[in-house]
Amino acid sequence: MSDVGITAYGAYLPKRRLSRAAIAAANAWMNPALKGMGRGTKSMCNWDEDALTMAVEAARDCLTGLDRTQVSQISFASTTHPFADRHNAGVIRAALTLSEDVRSSDAGGSQRAGTSGLIQALDGATQGPSLFLAADHRKTKPGSALEMQNGDGAAALLLGTENVIATYLGGASLARDLVDHYRDANAEYDYALEERWIRDMGYDQIVPEAVGKALAATGVSADEVDHFIMPATQRNLAAREAKKSGINPDTVRDNLAANVGEAGTAHAVLMLAHALQEAEPGQIIMVVGFGQGADVLLFRTTEALKSLPARSGVAGALARGVEDHNYPRFLSFNGLLDYEWGIRAERDNRTAQSTFYRKRDAVTSFMGGKCTQCGTVQFPKTAICVNPNCGARDTQEDFPFADMAAEVKTFTEDNLAYSPNPPLQYGNVAFEEGGNVYMDLTDFDAGTISVGSPLKMVFRIKDFDDKRGFRRYFWKAAPAELKKET
Amino acid sequence: MAGIRDKVAIIGMGCSKFGERWDMSPDDLMLESYTEALEDAGIAQDDIQMAWLGVFFDEQNVGKSAIPLSQALRLPNIPVTRVENLCATGTEALRGAVYAVAAGACDVALALGVEKLKDTGYGGLPERTKGTFEDLWQPNSTAPGSFAQLASAYAAKHGIEMDDLKRAMAHVSWKSHQNGSKNPKAHLQNQVEMDKILNAPMVSFPLGLFDCCGVSDGSAAAIVATPEKAKELGIDNPVMVKAMQLAASNGVEMAHNSWDGSYTMTTRMAASRAYEEAGITDPVKEISMTEVHDCFSITELVVMEDLQLSKEGEAPKDILDGKFDADGDVPCQIDGGLKCFGHPIGASGLRMAYEVYTQINGRAGDRQLKDPTMGLTHNLGGIPNRNVCSVSILGRLEQ
Repeated sequence: MSDVGITAYGAYLPKRRLSRAAIAAANAWMNPALKGMGRGTKSMCNWDEDALTMAVEAARDCLTGLDRTQVSQISFASTTHPFADRHNAGVIRAALTLSEDVRSSDAGGSQRAGTSGLIQALDGATQGPSLFLAADHRKTKPGSALEMQNGDGAAALLLGTENVIATYLGGASLARDLVDHYRDANAEYDYALEERWIRDMGYDQIVPEAVGKALAATGVSADEVDHFIMPATQRNLAAREAKKSGINPDTVRDNLAANVGEAGTAHAVLMLAHALQEAEPGQIIMVVGFGQGADVLLFRTTEALKSLPARSGVAGALARGVEDHNYPRFLSFNGLLDYEWGIRAERDNRTAQSTFYRKRDAVTSFMGGKCTQCGTVQFPKTAICVNPNCGARDTQEDFPFADMAAEVKTFTEDNLAYSPNPPLQYGNVAFEEGGNVYMDLTDFDAGTISVGSPLKMVFRIKDFDDKRGFRRYFWKAAPAELKKET
Repeated sequence: MAGIRDKVAIIGMGCSKFGERWDMSPDDLMLESYTEALEDAGIAQDDIQMAWLGVFFDEQNVGKSAIPLSQALRLPNIPVTRVENLCATGTEALRGAVYAVAAGACDVALALGVEKLKDTGYGGLPERTKGTFEDLWQPNSTAPGSFAQLASAYAAKHGIEMDDLKRAMAHVSWKSHQNGSKNPKAHLQNQVEMDKILNAPMVSFPLGLFDCCGVSDGSAAAIVATPEKAKELGIDNPVMVKAMQLAASNGVEMAHNSWDGSYTMTTRMAASRAYEEAGITDPVKEISMTEVHDCFSITELVVMEDLQLSKEGEAPKDILDGKFDADGDVPCQIDGGLKCFGHPIGASGLRMAYEVYTQINGRAGDRQLKDPTMGLTHNLGGIPNRNVCSVSILGRLEQ
C-alpha cells in the first residue's frame, strides 16, 4: 500500500443557478416531458467563465493556506478545454503563479478523464505534490434532457505524500466500449443513448464488476465503505449499483443534481471534494467514474483532515448560488441565441501575442510591482515608480495582486459599452496593500455596487476574438462576500 | 517666469455650424470655419505663413498628417503640422500656432480643428484601441462610463445623496440647453425641462442621456499674429493670449491611491499654472466667463472646483444657485458648451476660444454677456484617471 493520497481539496461553482422551471417553461411546448424535469437549479457559467477559469478558481480554493511553491505537477482534465491545441494547464499554471518547472498536462477524451486522470496523477504524486483539476462547461441543445441535467463546475485535489488527508488505497479500471453517449471531435453537443439500455447493459454490468475488482485489489470489504460516490443522472441509479455491489445504499453521496447538475469530467472529483469536506477521519470513500468502462478508487481519510486550513469547498460554492430565471440569457451566454448587440460588439479584439508574451506575468499572473525604495505597490510594474514622491528607477520587485483584498474606489454600470451581460461594470479598484487598478468588475447584480464595496480577484475571460477563434484572460474584481465562507 | 502672456494676438476666428452635417465632408467643414476666420482677420491666404491642424480620430474620414488641411485649403506649400491630444486636440493646434508666433518663427499662423464624427456609424464616440498592452487588461470602457465614475466618487467623498448630486448635474445640462437655444451655430438649440433631464434613460450610471454632450461634426479656426501685425491691421486693443497651459497625466491617478477619483488632478495643475501665467489671483472676480469641457454634466461640476471657481464640496450648491448660469457670477458655456454646441473633438478647443473671442468683441448676439474682458477655456482629453488637460485664458490687451 502506497502512502500517497489527497492532501487538500477545493471546488468552484459559478454563482448563477439557472432555474429548471424556467427552462421547462420556455421549452415544454416542443417537449412536454421537460415539465417533469423542471425542478431545482443548475449551475451556469457567467459569460466570462469557462472550464479553464473555473479550474483556476477551484485550484485557488484547494491551495488556500498552503505553500504553492511546492507544487511540482499540474494536470487539467476536461472535455471542454477552451483550446483544443494550446497548453490549457500551462495557462492555469501561470494564473496560479506556480513554478515554470512544474510538469503540466491536459487530460481529456472522455468524461472519465476525471477519474482516470486522477489515478494517473496519484501515481505521479509519489514524485512530488501534484495538483489535479477537473472542470467542464458543456454546450447542450435547447430542449434536451442534457440541458436540464448538466451543470458547470470544477474541482481540485492536491495529491502527495505529506500531510495526507485521504490515503489512496488503490482501485480498479475497466475499459469496455459501451457507447452510452459520445461527442464527435467536431460536434458541439453530446449525443445520448437510451437510458434503460445504458442502465441495464452499462451500469448494471460494468459497475459491480469494477467495484468487485477494486475491493479485491485493496482488501477492503463492501460493508466498510462509508461514502459511495458515483455520478449518474438517472434517479436512484447510484443506490441501485451500490446495492448490486454489496455496499449499503445509505452510503450513497448526494449527486448535487438538485442545485448543480452533472458537471461532466469534474463531477466525480466534485463529489469527492464534497465528501472530504463532510467526512470524519478513518472513513472509507469509494469513487466510481463511469463511461465506456469504469474507474473505481478507494481512499481512507486520516486525522490530518482535521488540520487542513479552512476552505470554501463544495459547501461554500453551494451556499453562494443565486437563482436565475433568465433562460434567454443562459442561451446567449452559451452561443445558442444570436442577439443583435449593435456596432460596439463589432470591435476587433485581436491580441498582439508578442505583447501578451512580454507582459504575461502582468496579464495571466496579475503580477504587479513593489518599489524597494519607497514600498509603493503598483500595477502594472514599470521602470519608474509611480509614487509622485519617489520616482525611483528600476527598483520594483514582483508583487502579486491576485490574492490581495481590495475595494471599489469608483465605479459605473455602463449601458452604452458592449457587454455580453449588460451593463458593463468597471471602475477604479484600490488594493489593500497599495495600488489602484482600472479594471472590470464581475458577478455583481446590477445596482448593488457602491464605493467601498469589498472585492476579491477572480480569473476570467477578458475578451473573445471571434474572427480568429481566440479568447484572452485577465483578472476581474468580484464581490468579496462571495468567497468569504469556510 | 517666462510665459505666453500678451505675446500673441488673435486677429481672426471662424467656426462652422456644428451638428449632424450629413451633406458636408471634412474639407467643406474646414473651408467653412477658415473662410470666416480669414474674412474676420481681413487678410489674404498668402499672409498665413504656418498652419496647425487638429484632428483626433484620424482613422475616420479626415485622415492622418497635415495634408488634409493643406489640400482642402490649397495652402501654398507652407509648413503644416497635424496635432492630436485627445479632446484637447483643438487647443493643441492653437498652442502650436501661438508658440510659433511667440517664438518669432512667423508673424501670422493658422490653427484649425475639425472632426467628422457622423461618418463613423456610431451613436456615441467610436470604439478605439488603448494600445496592445492596455487592451489586454483595461475595461472596454466608454466615455460616459469613464466619466460617470467621477459622480460615484464625488458623492461618496462629500456624503451627498446621488439624487441630490443628480439634481445639480441636471441643472448643468438645463443651463447649457438654455444657452444653446440662443446660438444659431449650436448642434442642439432646444430648451429642456429639468424633469425630462432627471428622468432620461440611463446611459452609464449615474449619467442619463441629458448628462451627455452631443456628438457632432464641425470645425473651428483661429488666425494668430504678433501684436505688431495686429496693430498694422488696425486692431487697437486685440484679444490676446494670456495663458496656455497643458497638464498631462503620468499614470499616477491610474495606479496610485493618492488620487481619490472625485476630481481631475490635471485641471488643478493646469489651472493654477494658467492663473499664474495670466497674472490672475482671484479667478471668480477676474474671469468673465468660462468654456469648460462639459463632455458630461459631472465633468463640469467637478471642474468648477478644480478651476477654483467653487470651493471644494460646494459646486453642487453653487450650480443650483445659478452661479454659472448666463446671469450668474461666472457664466459657463454661454454658447451651449459641448453639451449643446456639440463636440467635434478636434474642433472643440478652438470653438471655446471662438466663443470667448466673440464675446469679448461684443458680437455674440442674443447671448452676449455684459462687457466680458477675460475668458477661460478648458479641455479634458481622456478619462478622469488619465488625461491631458488644457487651460487657456484669453483677454483684451488693455483690460
